[in-house]
Amino acid sequence: MGRYWRVFATFAVAGMVRDMTFRTNFLIACISSIAWVAMNLSFYVLVFSFTPELGLNTGWSREPFFVFVATGLIINSIVQTFFMPSAEEFSEMVRSGGLDAVLVQPLDAQFLITCHRVDYSSLANGMVGFLLLFWSLLSMKWTPTPVAFLLYPLFVISGVTILYSFIIGLAAATIFLGRNQSLYDFWFYITTFSRYPMEIYSGPWGTPLQTLCTFVLPILVVVNVPARLLARPFLMSDTNLAIWSLLAAGVSFIVSRRVFTHSIDRYRSASS
Amino acid sequence: MTAMQTKSPHSSDGSDYSLRDHFRIWRTMLTISLEERLVYRGDFALGTLLRFLPIVTQVFLWTAVFSAAGRSDIAGYSKNDIVAYYLLAMATRAFSSMPGLAGSIARGIRDGSIKKYLVQPVDYIGFLFAMRVAHKLVYFAVALGPFVLVLFLFRSYFPAIPDVGTIIAFAASLFMAFLIGFFLEATLGMLGFWFLEVASLLFVYMLANYLLSGHMFPLDMLDGIATGILGISLGDVVKMLPFEYTAYFPAAIWLGKISGPAMYQGLLIEAMWVIVMAAACRLAYDRGSRHWSAVGG
Repeated sequence: MGRYWRVFATFAVAGMVRDMTFRTNFLIACISSIAWVAMNLSFYVLVFSFTPELGLNTGWSREPFFVFVATGLIINSIVQTFFMPSAEEFSEMVRSGGLDAVLVQPLDAQFLITCHRVDYSSLANGMVGFLLLFWSLLSMKWTPTPVAFLLYPLFVISGVTILYSFIIGLAAATIFLGRNQSLYDFWFYITTFSRYPMEIYSGPWGTPLQTLCTFVLPILVVVNVPARLLARPFLMSDTNLAIWSLLAAGVSFIVSRRVFTHSIDRYRSASS
Repeated sequence: MTAMQTKSPHSSDGSDYSLRDHFRIWRTMLTISLEERLVYRGDFALGTLLRFLPIVTQVFLWTAVFSAAGRSDIAGYSKNDIVAYYLLAMATRAFSSMPGLAGSIARGIRDGSIKKYLVQPVDYIGFLFAMRVAHKLVYFAVALGPFVLVLFLFRSYFPAIPDVGTIIAFAASLFMAFLIGFFLEATLGMLGFWFLEVASLLFVYMLANYLLSGHMFPLDMLDGIATGILGISLGDVVKMLPFEYTAYFPAAIWLGKISGPAMYQGLLIEAMWVIVMAAACRLAYDRGSRHWSAVGG
C-alpha cells in the first residue's frame, strides 16, 4: 500500500510540475472554471429572484441551497482533480492500444488508469465551493452542530467514492464500445441529477426517478447527504439516507471494481 | 526546417471545374463524412441520447420553482411554457451547436494538416460545411426516435400547433440557426491562423453562448433586470447579440412569444447575422490562409 502512496505522490508532483511549467495556461484554466461556476451561480440567483425556495415547504431556500451547491462543487472538484483527467485519456488508450503499456506495469491497472494524471486547476472550483459554503453558513439562520461538521468530510469522501465508481464503470464501457468519447458527456449529464436537492424529484415521474437515482444508481446521495448535514437540522429520514450513502459507496466501489476487472479481461490489444 | 508559403485557396484550380463537378466533389465529401461518423456508431448513439438527460432536471427544477413561487407565470411563461421552451431550445441547439468544429480547425492550422485543403481544388469551408451537414444528418437519424418520444411524452406541455406561417417561420429560423452556429464557430476556429491556440477563446464563447443564447433560461427573464442605462434592460442588451438565434428565437416563435411583425423583423435580423458571419468566416479564411506558414514535411 505504501508503494501506491509513493507512486501517487510522484504523479501529484509531476502534475504540479506540468501545471507550473505552463503557468499562464494553468491560470486561464482556473479562471475558466471559476467563470463557469459564476455563470451557474448567476442562474441560481435568477431562479431565487422568482421563488423563496425550491419546492413547496422543502426548506431549500437560497442560503441552504447554496450550501448544497458548495458541497457539490467541493465533491466534483476532488473528482475532477484526481480522477477524471486520467479516466478521460482511457478512451484513447483503448482505441490506440496504449493500454498495453499500462497492463504490463507491476502495479494495479485501475490505480494507474484512474490516478496517473492530476489536474490542479480543477481545485479552483473547490476553493469557490469552500468560500460559498463559508458565506452560506454565515448567512443562514440555523447553525450546524459540531458533530455535523465532523461528519461532513466523511460523507464528502463517500460521495467522491460513488462518483469514482461511476467513472470506473464508464471506463469499463469503453472497452466494450471500442471508443467512448461520450465518457465525459455521460459524466456531465449524470451528475446533473445530483445538482439539485432530491426533493425536487417528486410526483408520478419524479418519485420513481428519485428512487432509481438513490438506490440503483445512487447519484442523488452524493451531494444530498453531506449538504443536509450543514444546510438544515438533521432528520431521522436523513439518518437512514446517510447510512445508505455509506453502504452505497462501498457497494458501488466493489461492483465497479469487478466490472472493470472483467472488462480488462476482455481487452484485446489494438496496437501492432 | 522548411516553410511552405501557401497560395490563395481561390486559385484557378477550383474555377476550372463545372458546377456538376463541384456538386460531385461536395457529394463525395458528404459521403466520406457520413461513413466517418458511422464508424463508431455506439459512441455516437450514446452521446446523442445523453443530451436528453439535462432537460429532465430542468423540468423538475422549474416544477419545484412554480410550486413554491405561488404564481402562475414567470416572465410571461407558465410552467408548461417553460418545459416546452427547454425542449424547443434543445431542438434548436441540435441545429446550431457545432461540437468540435472550431477546435478541429484551430488544430489543423496548428499542426499543419490544413495544408492538404489549401493545395487541393477543394474549398475548405465547403468541406467543413459538408462534414457538418453529414454530422447533423447522422445526428438526426439517431436522435429522431428519442426526440419524437420525448416530444410525445411532453405533448401536454405544448400549446396548440401554431398556424402554417408560424411553422414556416420556425423552420426558417432553425435553418438559419444552423448557418449562424456553423459560421460563428468556423470563424472562431479560423482565428487560429493568428493565435494558434484558441482553446481559452472557445471556452469564453461556450460560456457566453450558453448564457446568452437562452439555453439556460428564456431570455425574457432578463427583461426586468436594469442595466443602469435609461430604459434598457439586460434582456434588451442580450437580444442585440447573435446568440439568441441559436436557441431562444426559434423556441419563442413556436410558443407564440414572438409573433406578427416582430417575428418577421427577427427573421430578417437573423438572416443578416447569417450573412455577416458567413462573410466574417470567408474573410478570416482568405486573410489567414494567405499569411499562414506550414512548418515541417
